[in-house]
Amino acid sequence: METAKKHFFIDISVMLGRSMRHIFRSMDTIITVTVTPIAMMLLFVYVLGGAIETGTDNYVNYLLPGILLMAIASGISYTAFRLFTDVQRGIFERFQTMPISRSALLWGHVLTSLASNAISVVVIILVALIMGFRSSAGVLPWLAVAGILALFTLALTWVAAIAGLSAKTVDGASAFSYPLIFLPFISSAFVPTDSMPTVVRVFAENQPVTSIVESIRALLSDQPVGNDIWIALAWCVGIMLVAYIFAMRVYKKRV
Amino acid sequence: MKNTAIKVKGLQKSYKDLQVLKGVDFEVEKGSIFALLGSNGAGKTTVVKILTTLLKPDGGTAAVSGFDAASQPDQVRQTISLTGQFAAVDEILTARENLVMIAKLRYLKNPRQVADDLLQRFGLTDAADRRVSTYSGGMRRRLDIALSMVGKPQIIFLDEPTTGLDPEARIEVWKIVKELAAGGTTVLLTTQYLEEAEQLADKIAILHEGRIIASGTLQELKKMFPTTKVEYVEKQPSLEEIFLAIIGKREAV
Repeated sequence: METAKKHFFIDISVMLGRSMRHIFRSMDTIITVTVTPIAMMLLFVYVLGGAIETGTDNYVNYLLPGILLMAIASGISYTAFRLFTDVQRGIFERFQTMPISRSALLWGHVLTSLASNAISVVVIILVALIMGFRSSAGVLPWLAVAGILALFTLALTWVAAIAGLSAKTVDGASAFSYPLIFLPFISSAFVPTDSMPTVVRVFAENQPVTSIVESIRALLSDQPVGNDIWIALAWCVGIMLVAYIFAMRVYKKRV
Repeated sequence: MKNTAIKVKGLQKSYKDLQVLKGVDFEVEKGSIFALLGSNGAGKTTVVKILTTLLKPDGGTAAVSGFDAASQPDQVRQTISLTGQFAAVDEILTARENLVMIAKLRYLKNPRQVADDLLQRFGLTDAADRRVSTYSGGMRRRLDIALSMVGKPQIIFLDEPTTGLDPEARIEVWKIVKELAAGGTTVLLTTQYLEEAEQLADKIAILHEGRIIASGTLQELKKMFPTTKVEYVEKQPSLEEIFLAIIGKREAV
Protein backbone atom coordinates (compact mmCIF):
# COMPACT_ATOMS: atom_id res chain seq x y z
CA MET A 1 0.00 0.00 0.00
CA GLU A 2 2.82 2.36 0.93
CA THR A 3 4.60 1.81 -2.38
CA ALA A 4 1.32 2.23 -4.24
CA LYS A 5 0.90 5.60 -2.59
CA LYS A 6 4.49 6.55 -3.30
CA HIS A 7 4.08 5.49 -6.92
CA PHE A 8 0.88 7.53 -7.21
CA PHE A 9 2.79 10.68 -6.24
CA ILE A 10 5.65 9.87 -8.60
CA ASP A 11 3.14 9.28 -11.41
CA ILE A 12 1.37 12.56 -10.77
CA SER A 13 4.57 14.58 -10.51
CA VAL A 14 5.83 13.13 -13.81
CA MET A 15 2.50 14.01 -15.45
CA LEU A 16 2.65 17.51 -13.94
CA GLY A 17 6.20 18.05 -15.21
CA ARG A 18 5.11 16.89 -18.64
CA SER A 19 2.17 19.21 -19.09
CA MET A 20 3.94 22.20 -17.53
CA ARG A 21 6.55 21.74 -20.27
CA HIS A 22 3.71 21.71 -22.80
CA ILE A 23 2.56 25.09 -21.49
CA PHE A 24 5.95 26.75 -21.49
CA ARG A 25 6.60 25.54 -25.03
CA SER A 26 3.33 26.87 -26.38
CA MET A 27 3.48 30.58 -27.24
CA ASP A 28 -0.22 30.45 -27.98
CA THR A 29 -1.04 29.33 -24.42
CA ILE A 30 1.18 31.93 -22.79
CA ILE A 31 -0.28 34.73 -24.90
CA THR A 32 -3.88 33.70 -24.30
CA VAL A 33 -3.64 33.19 -20.56
CA THR A 34 -1.47 36.17 -19.61
CA VAL A 35 -0.92 38.65 -22.43
CA THR A 36 -4.60 38.86 -23.41
CA PRO A 37 -5.90 39.53 -19.87
CA ILE A 38 -3.15 42.12 -19.39
CA ALA A 39 -4.13 43.78 -22.68
CA MET A 40 -7.76 43.82 -21.53
CA MET A 41 -6.66 45.41 -18.29
CA LEU A 42 -4.69 48.10 -20.14
CA LEU A 43 -7.62 48.73 -22.47
CA PHE A 44 -10.17 49.08 -19.71
CA VAL A 45 -7.97 51.18 -17.41
CA TYR A 46 -6.40 53.54 -19.93
CA VAL A 47 -9.02 53.74 -22.70
CA LEU A 48 -12.47 52.99 -21.33
CA GLY A 49 -11.89 53.37 -17.60
CA GLY A 50 -11.96 57.16 -17.61
CA ALA A 51 -15.62 57.09 -18.56
CA ILE A 52 -16.64 54.40 -16.10
CA GLU A 53 -18.07 55.52 -12.76
CA THR A 54 -17.40 52.87 -10.14
CA GLY A 55 -17.46 54.98 -7.05
CA THR A 56 -13.82 54.12 -6.35
CA ASP A 57 -10.95 56.46 -7.15
CA ASN A 58 -8.75 53.67 -8.49
CA TYR A 59 -10.27 51.72 -11.41
CA VAL A 60 -7.46 49.11 -11.46
CA ASN A 61 -8.48 48.11 -7.94
CA TYR A 62 -12.06 47.70 -9.13
CA LEU A 63 -11.17 45.83 -12.31
CA LEU A 64 -8.49 43.38 -11.16
CA PRO A 65 -10.69 40.60 -9.71
CA GLY A 66 -12.70 40.32 -12.95
CA ILE A 67 -9.54 40.20 -15.05
CA LEU A 68 -8.17 37.40 -12.89
CA LEU A 69 -11.35 35.37 -13.38
CA MET A 70 -11.17 35.89 -17.16
CA ALA A 71 -7.56 34.73 -17.18
CA ILE A 72 -8.49 31.58 -15.28
CA ALA A 73 -11.47 30.90 -17.56
CA SER A 74 -9.22 31.06 -20.63
CA GLY A 75 -6.51 29.08 -18.84
CA ILE A 76 -8.77 26.10 -18.15
CA SER A 77 -9.82 25.88 -21.81
CA TYR A 78 -6.26 24.73 -22.47
CA THR A 79 -6.69 22.00 -19.88
CA ALA A 80 -9.61 20.72 -21.93
CA PHE A 81 -7.49 20.98 -25.08
CA ARG A 82 -4.50 19.10 -23.59
CA LEU A 83 -6.70 16.39 -22.16
CA PHE A 84 -8.47 16.01 -25.50
CA THR A 85 -5.22 15.65 -27.47
CA ASP A 86 -3.84 13.10 -24.98
CA VAL A 87 -6.93 10.94 -25.24
CA GLN A 88 -7.00 11.17 -29.04
CA ARG A 89 -3.33 10.34 -29.54
CA GLY A 90 -1.63 7.05 -28.81
CA ILE A 91 0.09 8.39 -25.70
CA PHE A 92 -3.07 7.80 -23.63
CA GLU A 93 -3.09 4.11 -24.59
CA ARG A 94 0.58 3.84 -23.75
CA PHE A 95 -0.02 5.23 -20.26
CA GLN A 96 -3.05 3.00 -19.76
CA THR A 97 -1.09 -0.15 -20.61
CA MET A 98 1.64 0.73 -18.11
CA PRO A 99 1.51 -0.32 -14.47
CA ILE A 100 0.79 3.20 -13.24
CA SER A 101 -2.08 4.68 -11.30
CA ARG A 102 -5.25 4.77 -13.42
CA SER A 103 -6.10 8.35 -12.56
CA ALA A 104 -2.56 9.81 -12.61
CA LEU A 105 -3.00 11.37 -16.04
CA LEU A 106 -6.21 13.15 -15.04
CA TRP A 107 -4.85 14.40 -11.72
CA GLY A 108 -1.69 15.51 -13.47
CA HIS A 109 -3.79 17.74 -15.71
CA VAL A 110 -5.75 19.09 -12.75
CA LEU A 111 -2.57 19.98 -10.85
CA THR A 112 -1.12 21.55 -13.99
CA SER A 113 -4.21 23.69 -14.27
CA LEU A 114 -3.82 24.89 -10.67
CA ALA A 115 -0.10 25.59 -11.07
CA SER A 116 -0.31 27.35 -14.44
CA ASN A 117 -3.29 29.49 -13.44
CA ALA A 118 -1.49 30.46 -10.24
CA ILE A 119 1.44 31.64 -12.34
CA SER A 120 -0.71 33.72 -14.68
CA VAL A 121 -2.62 35.22 -11.71
CA VAL A 122 0.67 36.28 -10.09
CA VAL A 123 1.97 37.78 -13.34
CA ILE A 124 -1.25 39.74 -13.86
CA ILE A 125 -1.21 41.03 -10.27
CA LEU A 126 2.40 42.19 -10.74
CA VAL A 127 1.43 44.12 -13.87
CA ALA A 128 -1.57 45.56 -12.01
CA LEU A 129 0.79 46.78 -9.28
CA ILE A 130 2.82 48.64 -11.89
CA MET A 131 -0.45 50.14 -13.18
CA GLY A 132 -1.29 51.48 -9.75
CA PHE A 133 -3.15 48.65 -8.09
CA ARG A 134 -2.88 48.97 -4.30
CA SER A 135 -4.28 46.81 -1.54
CA SER A 136 -4.46 47.54 2.16
CA ALA A 137 -5.25 43.90 2.93
CA GLY A 138 -3.12 41.86 5.32
CA VAL A 139 -1.90 38.29 5.00
CA LEU A 140 -5.16 36.60 5.96
CA PRO A 141 -7.38 38.33 3.39
CA TRP A 142 -4.78 37.60 0.71
CA LEU A 143 -4.80 33.96 1.70
CA ALA A 144 -8.57 34.01 1.47
CA VAL A 145 -8.33 35.50 -2.04
CA ALA A 146 -5.84 32.80 -3.03
CA GLY A 147 -8.21 30.18 -1.63
CA ILE A 148 -11.22 31.49 -3.56
CA LEU A 149 -9.21 31.69 -6.81
CA ALA A 150 -7.91 28.14 -6.27
CA LEU A 151 -11.45 26.85 -5.69
CA PHE A 152 -12.69 28.73 -8.76
CA THR A 153 -9.85 27.23 -10.82
CA LEU A 154 -10.58 23.72 -9.55
CA ALA A 155 -14.29 24.05 -10.23
CA LEU A 156 -13.72 25.20 -13.83
CA THR A 157 -10.91 22.65 -14.33
CA TRP A 158 -13.30 19.79 -13.63
CA VAL A 159 -15.80 21.34 -16.05
CA ALA A 160 -12.95 21.48 -18.57
CA ALA A 161 -12.13 17.84 -17.87
CA ILE A 162 -15.66 16.82 -18.88
CA ALA A 163 -15.32 18.79 -22.12
CA GLY A 164 -11.83 17.47 -22.87
CA LEU A 165 -12.77 13.84 -22.24
CA SER A 166 -16.05 13.79 -24.09
CA ALA A 167 -15.45 16.16 -27.02
CA LYS A 168 -15.39 14.76 -30.55
CA THR A 169 -13.33 17.56 -32.09
CA VAL A 170 -10.62 19.97 -30.94
CA ASP A 171 -12.98 22.91 -31.38
CA GLY A 172 -15.59 21.22 -29.25
CA ALA A 173 -13.03 20.64 -26.51
CA SER A 174 -12.29 24.31 -26.02
CA ALA A 175 -15.47 26.02 -27.29
CA PHE A 176 -17.25 25.51 -23.96
CA SER A 177 -14.96 28.07 -22.33
CA TYR A 178 -16.06 31.06 -24.44
CA PRO A 179 -19.25 31.66 -22.42
CA LEU A 180 -17.15 31.37 -19.27
CA ILE A 181 -14.69 33.98 -20.52
CA PHE A 182 -17.62 36.20 -21.46
CA LEU A 183 -19.46 35.82 -18.16
CA PRO A 184 -17.49 38.55 -16.30
CA PHE A 185 -18.80 41.15 -18.79
CA ILE A 186 -22.35 40.56 -17.55
CA SER A 187 -21.41 40.96 -13.92
CA SER A 188 -20.08 43.64 -11.63
CA ALA A 189 -16.53 42.86 -12.80
CA PHE A 190 -16.17 45.90 -15.11
CA VAL A 191 -19.00 48.25 -14.13
CA PRO A 192 -21.41 48.37 -11.20
CA THR A 193 -24.67 46.56 -11.96
CA ASP A 194 -26.84 49.59 -11.04
CA SER A 195 -26.71 51.02 -14.55
CA MET A 196 -27.94 47.82 -16.24
CA PRO A 197 -31.55 47.25 -17.41
CA THR A 198 -33.56 45.17 -14.93
CA VAL A 199 -33.39 41.78 -16.71
CA VAL A 200 -29.65 42.00 -17.27
CA ARG A 201 -29.13 43.30 -13.77
CA VAL A 202 -31.00 40.42 -12.16
CA PHE A 203 -28.90 37.98 -14.16
CA ALA A 204 -25.67 39.82 -13.40
CA GLU A 205 -26.32 40.02 -9.68
CA ASN A 206 -27.19 36.36 -9.34
CA GLN A 207 -24.55 34.65 -11.46
CA PRO A 208 -21.45 33.23 -9.78
CA VAL A 209 -18.94 35.74 -11.15
CA THR A 210 -20.50 38.71 -9.35
CA SER A 211 -20.36 37.17 -5.89
CA ILE A 212 -16.79 35.96 -6.46
CA VAL A 213 -15.68 39.34 -7.82
CA GLU A 214 -17.39 41.22 -4.97
CA SER A 215 -15.78 39.00 -2.30
CA ILE A 216 -12.30 39.34 -3.76
CA ARG A 217 -12.73 43.08 -4.15
CA ALA A 218 -13.92 43.43 -0.54
CA LEU A 219 -11.08 41.26 0.78
CA LEU A 220 -8.43 43.21 -1.13
CA SER A 221 -9.74 46.60 -0.01
CA ASP A 222 -10.13 45.44 3.60
CA GLN A 223 -13.91 45.90 3.55
CA PRO A 224 -16.42 43.57 5.24
CA VAL A 225 -17.25 40.74 2.81
CA GLY A 226 -20.75 40.09 4.08
CA ASN A 227 -22.75 37.28 2.51
CA ASP A 228 -20.97 37.42 -0.84
CA ILE A 229 -18.15 35.16 0.26
CA TRP A 230 -20.53 32.38 1.29
CA ILE A 231 -22.45 32.63 -1.97
CA ALA A 232 -19.14 32.59 -3.84
CA LEU A 233 -17.90 29.55 -1.94
CA ALA A 234 -21.20 27.74 -2.43
CA TRP A 235 -21.00 28.33 -6.20
CA CYS A 236 -17.38 27.16 -6.44
CA VAL A 237 -17.77 24.08 -4.26
CA GLY A 238 -21.11 23.20 -5.86
CA ILE A 239 -19.80 23.42 -9.43
CA MET A 240 -16.62 21.60 -8.43
CA LEU A 241 -18.44 18.63 -6.87
CA VAL A 242 -20.95 18.19 -9.68
CA ALA A 243 -18.29 18.56 -12.38
CA TYR A 244 -15.91 16.23 -10.52
CA ILE A 245 -18.51 13.47 -10.33
CA PHE A 246 -19.36 13.77 -14.03
CA ALA A 247 -15.72 14.03 -15.13
CA MET A 248 -14.77 10.93 -13.15
CA ARG A 249 -17.67 9.07 -14.68
CA VAL A 250 -16.59 9.97 -18.22
CA TYR A 251 -12.96 9.16 -17.37
CA LYS A 252 -13.82 5.73 -15.96
CA LYS A 253 -15.65 4.94 -19.17
CA ARG A 254 -12.51 5.83 -21.11
CA VAL A 255 -10.08 3.70 -19.11
CA MET B 1 3.40 -24.86 -20.77
CA LYS B 2 6.10 -22.72 -19.22
CA ASN B 3 7.15 -21.62 -22.64
CA THR B 4 3.84 -19.97 -23.46
CA ALA B 5 3.88 -16.20 -23.29
CA ILE B 6 0.36 -15.60 -24.57
CA LYS B 7 -2.57 -17.98 -24.65
CA VAL B 8 -5.83 -16.92 -26.23
CA LYS B 9 -8.93 -19.13 -26.16
CA GLY B 10 -12.34 -18.55 -27.69
CA LEU B 11 -11.95 -14.78 -27.61
CA GLN B 12 -15.12 -12.89 -28.51
CA LYS B 13 -15.84 -9.20 -28.78
CA SER B 14 -18.67 -7.17 -30.26
CA TYR B 15 -19.12 -3.48 -30.74
CA LYS B 16 -22.85 -2.98 -30.44
CA ASP B 17 -24.30 -5.22 -33.16
CA LEU B 18 -21.05 -5.81 -34.96
CA GLN B 19 -19.32 -9.01 -33.92
CA VAL B 20 -15.62 -8.37 -34.47
CA LEU B 21 -14.11 -11.45 -32.83
CA LYS B 22 -16.03 -14.70 -33.14
CA GLY B 23 -13.83 -17.04 -31.13
CA VAL B 24 -10.12 -16.47 -31.61
CA ASP B 25 -7.57 -19.07 -30.45
CA PHE B 26 -3.80 -18.92 -30.60
CA GLU B 27 -0.69 -19.34 -28.53
CA VAL B 28 2.57 -17.46 -28.63
CA GLU B 29 5.80 -19.04 -27.51
CA LYS B 30 8.19 -17.14 -25.28
CA GLY B 31 10.91 -15.31 -27.15
CA SER B 32 9.30 -15.77 -30.54
CA ILE B 33 7.89 -13.35 -33.09
CA PHE B 34 4.23 -13.92 -33.75
CA ALA B 35 2.46 -12.16 -36.59
CA LEU B 36 -1.26 -11.62 -36.67
CA LEU B 37 -1.98 -11.17 -40.33
CA GLY B 38 -5.21 -9.77 -41.65
CA SER B 39 -6.79 -7.12 -43.79
CA ASN B 40 -8.18 -3.86 -42.44
CA GLY B 41 -11.10 -4.45 -40.12
CA ALA B 42 -10.24 -8.10 -39.50
CA GLY B 43 -10.08 -7.46 -35.75
CA LYS B 44 -6.30 -7.35 -35.26
CA THR B 45 -6.33 -4.18 -33.20
CA THR B 46 -9.20 -5.49 -31.08
CA VAL B 47 -7.13 -8.58 -30.19
CA VAL B 48 -4.17 -6.37 -29.26
CA LYS B 49 -6.36 -4.08 -27.16
CA ILE B 50 -7.75 -7.02 -25.20
CA LEU B 51 -4.28 -8.50 -24.63
CA THR B 52 -2.93 -5.13 -23.46
CA THR B 53 -5.81 -4.62 -20.98
CA LEU B 54 -7.35 -1.70 -22.88
CA LEU B 55 -10.52 -3.63 -23.68
CA LYS B 56 -12.43 -6.34 -21.88
CA PRO B 57 -13.52 -9.35 -23.94
CA ASP B 58 -17.17 -10.45 -24.09
CA GLY B 59 -16.19 -14.10 -23.99
CA GLY B 60 -13.19 -16.39 -23.91
CA THR B 61 -9.90 -15.93 -22.10
CA ALA B 62 -6.66 -14.17 -22.81
CA ALA B 63 -3.68 -15.09 -20.65
CA VAL B 64 -0.58 -12.93 -20.87
CA SER B 65 2.53 -14.07 -19.00
CA GLY B 66 0.25 -16.43 -17.10
CA PHE B 67 -2.11 -13.70 -15.92
CA ASP B 68 -5.67 -13.16 -17.09
CA ALA B 69 -5.85 -9.91 -19.04
CA ALA B 70 -9.40 -9.18 -17.91
CA SER B 71 -9.18 -9.97 -14.19
CA GLN B 72 -5.48 -9.33 -13.45
CA PRO B 73 -4.71 -6.27 -15.58
CA ASP B 74 -2.14 -4.87 -13.13
CA GLN B 75 -0.01 -8.01 -13.25
CA VAL B 76 -0.28 -8.12 -17.04
CA ARG B 77 0.79 -4.48 -17.32
CA GLN B 78 3.95 -5.26 -15.35
CA THR B 79 5.13 -7.52 -18.14
CA ILE B 80 4.07 -5.83 -21.37
CA SER B 81 4.50 -2.77 -23.55
CA LEU B 82 2.32 -1.52 -26.36
CA THR B 83 3.40 0.31 -29.47
CA GLY B 84 0.02 1.25 -30.84
CA GLN B 85 -1.10 1.96 -34.35
CA PHE B 86 -0.57 5.70 -33.93
CA ALA B 87 2.81 6.73 -32.62
CA ALA B 88 2.43 6.89 -28.85
CA VAL B 89 5.02 9.60 -28.36
CA ASP B 90 4.77 13.07 -26.88
CA GLU B 91 5.45 15.40 -29.80
CA ILE B 92 6.05 18.51 -27.73
CA LEU B 93 8.80 16.85 -25.73
CA THR B 94 12.22 15.81 -27.04
CA ALA B 95 13.12 12.15 -27.54
CA ARG B 96 15.25 12.23 -24.41
CA GLU B 97 12.43 13.75 -22.35
CA ASN B 98 10.02 11.12 -23.66
CA LEU B 99 12.35 8.31 -22.61
CA VAL B 100 13.12 9.82 -19.20
CA MET B 101 9.39 10.30 -18.60
CA ILE B 102 8.57 6.65 -19.31
CA ALA B 103 11.59 5.47 -17.29
CA LYS B 104 10.36 7.48 -14.30
CA LEU B 105 6.87 6.03 -14.70
CA ARG B 106 8.44 2.58 -14.58
CA TYR B 107 10.23 3.63 -11.38
CA LEU B 108 13.67 2.82 -12.78
CA LYS B 109 16.72 3.80 -10.77
CA ASN B 110 18.57 5.84 -13.35
CA PRO B 111 16.18 7.31 -15.93
CA ARG B 112 18.84 9.46 -17.66
CA GLN B 113 21.15 6.51 -18.17
CA VAL B 114 18.30 4.37 -19.50
CA ALA B 115 17.40 7.16 -21.93
CA ASP B 116 21.00 7.58 -23.12
CA ASP B 117 21.38 3.85 -23.75
CA LEU B 118 18.18 3.57 -25.73
CA LEU B 119 18.89 6.72 -27.76
CA GLN B 120 22.19 5.21 -28.79
CA ARG B 121 20.73 1.81 -29.53
CA PHE B 122 18.01 3.25 -31.73
CA GLY B 123 20.27 5.74 -33.51
CA LEU B 124 18.56 8.79 -32.08
CA THR B 125 21.44 10.33 -30.16
CA ASP B 126 21.95 13.19 -32.63
CA ALA B 127 18.28 14.11 -32.58
CA ALA B 128 17.84 13.43 -28.86
CA ASP B 129 17.22 17.02 -27.84
CA ARG B 130 14.97 18.01 -30.71
CA ARG B 131 11.23 18.08 -30.29
CA VAL B 132 9.62 14.95 -31.66
CA SER B 133 7.26 17.06 -33.81
CA THR B 134 10.26 17.71 -36.09
CA TYR B 135 10.95 13.97 -36.60
CA SER B 136 10.32 11.92 -39.73
CA GLY B 137 7.85 9.04 -39.62
CA GLY B 138 10.62 6.48 -39.33
CA MET B 139 12.38 8.29 -36.47
CA ARG B 140 9.08 8.66 -34.65
CA ARG B 141 8.41 4.95 -34.98
CA ARG B 142 11.90 4.11 -33.72
CA LEU B 143 11.38 6.32 -30.68
CA ASP B 144 7.97 4.72 -30.20
CA ILE B 145 9.51 1.25 -30.07
CA ALA B 146 12.37 2.55 -27.88
CA LEU B 147 9.76 3.85 -25.41
CA SER B 148 8.25 0.38 -25.32
CA MET B 149 11.68 -1.07 -24.47
CA VAL B 150 12.08 1.04 -21.33
CA GLY B 151 12.19 -1.26 -18.32
CA LYS B 152 12.73 -4.32 -20.55
CA PRO B 153 9.20 -5.78 -20.65
CA GLN B 154 8.91 -9.48 -21.45
CA ILE B 155 6.31 -9.03 -24.18
CA ILE B 156 6.02 -6.26 -26.73
CA PHE B 157 2.93 -5.63 -28.80
CA LEU B 158 3.42 -3.84 -32.09
CA ASP B 159 0.19 -2.87 -33.81
CA GLU B 160 0.95 -2.32 -37.50
CA PRO B 161 4.46 -1.07 -36.77
CA THR B 162 5.33 -0.21 -40.38
CA THR B 163 2.07 1.17 -41.75
CA GLY B 164 2.77 4.52 -43.36
CA LEU B 165 6.54 4.15 -43.34
CA ASP B 166 8.76 4.37 -46.40
CA PRO B 167 10.66 1.22 -47.47
CA GLU B 168 13.92 2.21 -45.77
CA ALA B 169 12.23 2.95 -42.48
CA ARG B 170 10.31 -0.29 -42.77
CA ILE B 171 13.51 -2.29 -43.12
CA GLU B 172 14.94 -0.49 -40.11
CA VAL B 173 11.92 -1.43 -38.02
CA TRP B 174 12.25 -5.04 -39.17
CA LYS B 175 15.86 -5.05 -38.03
CA ILE B 176 14.85 -3.72 -34.61
CA VAL B 177 12.11 -6.31 -34.21
CA LYS B 178 14.53 -9.12 -35.06
CA GLU B 179 17.00 -7.78 -32.51
CA LEU B 180 14.29 -7.65 -29.86
CA ALA B 181 13.42 -11.29 -30.37
CA ALA B 182 17.09 -12.25 -30.45
CA GLY B 183 17.38 -10.61 -27.02
CA GLY B 184 14.65 -12.88 -25.66
CA THR B 185 11.67 -10.53 -25.87
CA THR B 186 8.41 -12.01 -27.09
CA VAL B 187 6.97 -9.95 -29.93
CA LEU B 188 3.38 -9.99 -31.11
CA LEU B 189 2.88 -7.84 -34.16
CA THR B 190 -0.06 -7.21 -36.40
CA THR B 191 0.34 -6.46 -40.06
CA GLN B 192 -1.53 -6.36 -43.30
CA TYR B 193 1.64 -6.85 -45.31
CA LEU B 194 2.28 -10.46 -46.27
CA GLU B 195 5.93 -9.76 -46.84
CA GLU B 196 6.33 -8.41 -43.33
CA ALA B 197 4.92 -11.55 -41.76
CA GLU B 198 7.12 -13.62 -44.04
CA GLN B 199 10.26 -11.65 -43.17
CA LEU B 200 9.83 -11.50 -39.43
CA ALA B 201 7.55 -14.07 -37.93
CA ASP B 202 8.37 -17.44 -36.44
CA LYS B 203 4.67 -18.13 -36.49
CA ILE B 204 1.87 -16.55 -38.45
CA ALA B 205 -1.85 -16.57 -37.74
CA ILE B 206 -4.28 -15.33 -40.35
CA LEU B 207 -7.21 -13.50 -38.83
CA HIS B 208 -10.20 -13.26 -41.13
CA GLU B 209 -13.72 -12.15 -40.28
CA GLY B 210 -13.20 -12.63 -36.57
CA ARG B 211 -11.58 -16.06 -36.65
CA ILE B 212 -8.09 -17.50 -37.08
CA ILE B 213 -8.47 -19.36 -40.37
CA ALA B 214 -4.91 -20.63 -40.60
CA SER B 215 -1.83 -20.62 -38.44
CA GLY B 216 1.61 -22.11 -38.25
CA THR B 217 5.14 -21.46 -39.40
CA LEU B 218 5.66 -20.13 -42.89
CA GLN B 219 6.69 -23.62 -43.99
CA GLU B 220 3.54 -25.17 -42.54
CA LEU B 221 1.35 -22.57 -44.19
CA LYS B 222 3.03 -23.20 -47.52
CA LYS B 223 2.31 -26.91 -47.23
CA MET B 224 -1.37 -26.28 -46.64
CA PHE B 225 -1.81 -24.77 -50.04
CA PRO B 226 -1.63 -26.23 -53.55
CA THR B 227 1.63 -27.99 -54.24
CA THR B 228 4.38 -25.95 -55.70
CA LYS B 229 4.39 -25.73 -59.46
CA VAL B 230 7.67 -25.24 -61.19
CA GLU B 231 7.57 -22.42 -63.70
CA TYR B 232 10.33 -20.61 -65.43
CA VAL B 233 9.84 -16.90 -65.07
CA GLU B 234 12.36 -14.17 -65.68
CA LYS B 235 12.82 -12.50 -62.32
CA GLN B 236 12.19 -8.80 -62.77
CA PRO B 237 13.42 -6.56 -59.96
CA SER B 238 10.51 -5.14 -57.98
CA LEU B 239 10.17 -1.37 -57.82
CA GLU B 240 11.15 -1.59 -54.18
CA GLU B 241 14.42 -3.33 -55.08
CA ILE B 242 15.12 -0.70 -57.72
CA PHE B 243 14.36 2.10 -55.29
CA LEU B 244 16.60 0.66 -52.60
CA ALA B 245 19.38 -0.01 -55.10
CA ILE B 246 19.36 3.59 -56.33
CA ILE B 247 19.24 5.00 -52.81
CA GLY B 248 22.04 2.67 -51.72
CA LYS B 249 24.21 3.80 -54.64
CA ARG B 250 23.62 7.44 -53.77
CA GLU B 251 24.70 6.89 -50.23
CA ALA B 252 27.74 4.91 -51.31
CA VAL B 253 28.89 7.83 -53.48
